[in-house]
Amino acid sequence: FLPKALRTLDYMAPVRSCLLLVVVSVWVQQVDGVWPLPQQLDQSADRNSLSPQRFSFIYGRDSAAQTGCSVLDAAFKRYFSIIFPDFTKGSGLLMSENKSIRYTSVSNSDESYNLSVSEGQAVLRSVTVWGALRGLESFSQLVYQDDYGSYFINKTEIVDFPRFAFRGLLLDTSRHYLPLHAILKTLDAMAYSKFNVFHWHIVDDPSFPYQSRTFPDLSNKGAFHPFTHVYTQSDVMRVIEHARMRGIRVVPEFDSPGHTLSWGKGQPNLLTPCYKGDVPSGSFGPVDPTVDTTYKFMESLLKEVKFVFPDSYVHLGGDEVSFACWQSNPNVRTFMEKMGFGKDFTKLESFYMESIMNMTAALNRTSIVWQDVFDYRERIPQDTVLEIWKGETYQAELSRMTQAGHRVLLSAPWYINHISYGQDWRNSYAVQPQNFSGVWKQKKLVIGGEVAMWGEYVDATNLNPRLWPRACAAAERLWSDEEKTLDADLAFPRLEKFRCELLRRGIQAEPLFVGHCKHEYDGL
Amino acid sequence: MYCLLKCAPLILAVAVCHGWLFGDFVGKQKELNEISLWPLPQKFQSSAVAFKLSPASFQIVHAKQSSAGPSCSILENAFRRYFEYVFGDLKKHEKSRKKVYDSDLVELQVWITSADPECNGYPSLQTDESYELSVDESSAVLKAANAWGALRGLETFSQLVYEDDYGANNINKTEISDFPRFAHRGILLDSSRHFLPLKVILANLEAMAMNKFNVFHWHIVDDQSFPYMSGTFPDLSQKGAYHPFTHVYTPSDVKMVIEFARMRGIRVIPEFDTPGHTRSWGNGIKDLLTPCYSGCSPSGTFGPVNPILNSSYDFMTEFFKEISTVFPDAYIHLGGDEVDFSCWKSNPDIQKFMVQQGFGTDYSKLESFYIQRLLDIVAATKKGYMVWQEVFDNGVKLKDDTVVEVWMGNKMEEELQNVTGAGFTTILSAPWYLDYISYGQDWQRYYKVEPLNFPGTDAQKKLVIGGEACLWGEYVDATNLTPRLWPRASAVAERLWSDKSVTDVGNAYNRLAQHRCRMVKRGIPAEPLFVGHCRQEYMGL
Repeated sequence: FLPKALRTLDYMAPVRSCLLLVVVSVWVQQVDGVWPLPQQLDQSADRNSLSPQRFSFIYGRDSAAQTGCSVLDAAFKRYFSIIFPDFTKGSGLLMSENKSIRYTSVSNSDESYNLSVSEGQAVLRSVTVWGALRGLESFSQLVYQDDYGSYFINKTEIVDFPRFAFRGLLLDTSRHYLPLHAILKTLDAMAYSKFNVFHWHIVDDPSFPYQSRTFPDLSNKGAFHPFTHVYTQSDVMRVIEHARMRGIRVVPEFDSPGHTLSWGKGQPNLLTPCYKGDVPSGSFGPVDPTVDTTYKFMESLLKEVKFVFPDSYVHLGGDEVSFACWQSNPNVRTFMEKMGFGKDFTKLESFYMESIMNMTAALNRTSIVWQDVFDYRERIPQDTVLEIWKGETYQAELSRMTQAGHRVLLSAPWYINHISYGQDWRNSYAVQPQNFSGVWKQKKLVIGGEVAMWGEYVDATNLNPRLWPRACAAAERLWSDEEKTLDADLAFPRLEKFRCELLRRGIQAEPLFVGHCKHEYDGL
Repeated sequence: MYCLLKCAPLILAVAVCHGWLFGDFVGKQKELNEISLWPLPQKFQSSAVAFKLSPASFQIVHAKQSSAGPSCSILENAFRRYFEYVFGDLKKHEKSRKKVYDSDLVELQVWITSADPECNGYPSLQTDESYELSVDESSAVLKAANAWGALRGLETFSQLVYEDDYGANNINKTEISDFPRFAHRGILLDSSRHFLPLKVILANLEAMAMNKFNVFHWHIVDDQSFPYMSGTFPDLSQKGAYHPFTHVYTPSDVKMVIEFARMRGIRVIPEFDTPGHTRSWGNGIKDLLTPCYSGCSPSGTFGPVNPILNSSYDFMTEFFKEISTVFPDAYIHLGGDEVDFSCWKSNPDIQKFMVQQGFGTDYSKLESFYIQRLLDIVAATKKGYMVWQEVFDNGVKLKDDTVVEVWMGNKMEEELQNVTGAGFTTILSAPWYLDYISYGQDWQRYYKVEPLNFPGTDAQKKLVIGGEACLWGEYVDATNLTPRLWPRASAVAERLWSDKSVTDVGNAYNRLAQHRCRMVKRGIPAEPLFVGHCRQEYMGL
């Protein structure tokens, strides 16, 4: 039977019976569903056909954005070929209305949109171009082909907005170098899942691929190779622009004072010399927090970062600092004494991080730091965003941090570089980011989360299939209404179709389980 | 050199594989460390004396005394393939010098010593894959009894060549005498749970040759789909494949796989697993599967092959007649694993049959009854067979040359002891189920397996003829198969080829990290072992 109008999930939630399954299967048959699930989605069985020859995207007459809006002009072109892979041109159906704000870069702006598909035309309304991008993505997922290859879209009403403003994905380009095309491909796939922040963990102990204009020796001496394994300024520009076109912010991470071994190669005297007894052992530890030159260097570097990366946030790291080297160094010990830190090296780290955070604030940038910084010292600048990465007790940590009034990002349960046999996307999907003890005001301080793909075992050979569709689980958790998306079994068929859709779009997304896609991946 | 390779500490290993910036090492050491043979040859001597190879002057040729000549297409193809592996993209050598210097290596002579080089044949379980390789001033000589050994030697030769800092190709004075420890070194791919496009299978055959694997165990059909297009029973794939046109292997696809494998000295052993794992067969062949009952009426679902109908055996006779002609290898894998008895139990006709035959309620007897008849059918096609361990465990009477594959992880040693104790040859795959993934360097676990580590006589140990790395397909398709298989399967490759004493994980890490970069350079997306980089990163996507 075909219900005439399906208020899909609104009324499905209370019904838990066989009827529900029937409804879902009918619905799935008709359209491919949308991933992540929109906040409100009403569909009917009435379908409209789309002719690739006649279909086109046009700006609404009252839209603030018109031809010349580079983000949307490019998005129209992109989504046309996503919807009709075999065609290149056409003209006539969809209206897009925008009251666009003038932007310089993507920020935590309004991503909401309304999409109304009726006979003859569809209208997409959004406050910003970023909302329009999200709506175009949903629209593209609503279009389907019948057995004869004709294109259809059902009569649909969508009211949609993200649950969390910060929906990030972390790539690590230090433990392995990721060629530019791998990063750009990841950005494409992020847009399909409505992720909106690319957290670029660009440097770390093993290598420093960021080519700095101020300190060229950092990559000259700290990259795996000074020419083939670096990101030039124009590479970085390209990443930022590719991301902007897709409504994705690029937040770079320059992690210090730990995780900086590769920095030391190009910047003498930056790292703390470790001692063996009374003599330097020849090895180096974290950034030396006791000398002025360190802070001068960090200030210049952060100035450059501000200049290169338009986003108003910058990630300063601050995690996993090993104190052994500091402890061994007589100058550091003297400094500790002078500052009255006693033997508590967490105070030394806090001292360093505070200076760096203040520097960042002076540059009009908001700092993000890993949880360690808060764990060592709860009194840190109020507008600092804290990111939770330690898995065991993240709920308690959420309580504590929000209690202290900080905005928080959750990535602990989404370390998807950790792999295991089977459908581990279900673990990611089951995460409830606001399920911790605290008042409503605290819950609001959870501004989002991040999927992290650390690079120990990942490079261009296996990055994409390891990311997708596993990251999609967190994408839905961060975008959709949790009440409507608690059941992984219900999500499974929709995710399966979405992964086939990713394949069709050229994303090397691995299978969830046995089965097949109409268009299998045809690369290697 | 061997000692240096074996004893180099991990620190050195890490440095070597992650960088070609060897500031800390003297030149001589550096050059020796550039060599990363995988799997490690049985006997290997190398000196620091290096010769240069120029793509303008270097040639791979048939030795005068060789029984093989230009008509040997296996070798001719291999010469071209390995020339390209050694010199890479030839465009960049366009301006290379023509002049030959004294320190150049100008040719590799390939000398096939036996009267029949087997150029038009197929490799088999009995194939002699040994070879000797000698690299000395101005020329190198590769001696092998037949073309198959020469293929292994060519791979080793290509691995000996390294680039110096100026981009020139070098090879050191070297003597190698090499042969495999085990005769059956296989990879199992499953093309039923997910369809694997031809391209993926061929690329993995390439990678197998780079690792000296010599058996492609093609688990071609199973419950989920039947992609093998049968000439005798076209409905099998027409109705049993995921899609009758886009998700099938046509006869010419199968031929291409077999020929591509042959060119690389790889046997193709197809597996047609029965009586369980056959759901997809039922779509195309009426009455082949057992109808399951719910109470007194058929439930509409089906179980294993119906062992009580003559039509089942008639079908198998016809079907395996076809298989025995399509696949040239002397062995066919007949499966026989994981038969679920619940459906048989539910069926009243089967119950009656059990009583008639005096099987009581022991359904493994019914399974044996089926397998026994199947084995006779296949034996009549003059093929040997391989079976999963359950067939042996259930006491089925097996031909002497049956190969029993041990796949169950618990009591593996006991099983090896029993199977070889009963005088059967066996291969081991239990410790090498590569579809099971975990975080970190699990290749080390595969590497540390010692296949002969079970109680038994020397004669019993001799019956262990090899092993297989299995990549079952539940979570694997074209998107992730290749990086998931390589270089993890390479660990198994060395265990099955190299001497028993080659067990140093630190040294293996060093060579394997470089070997994986070599695979990447040759276009195989082999995933990283750990943090680091390759000079040429993977550029596909």
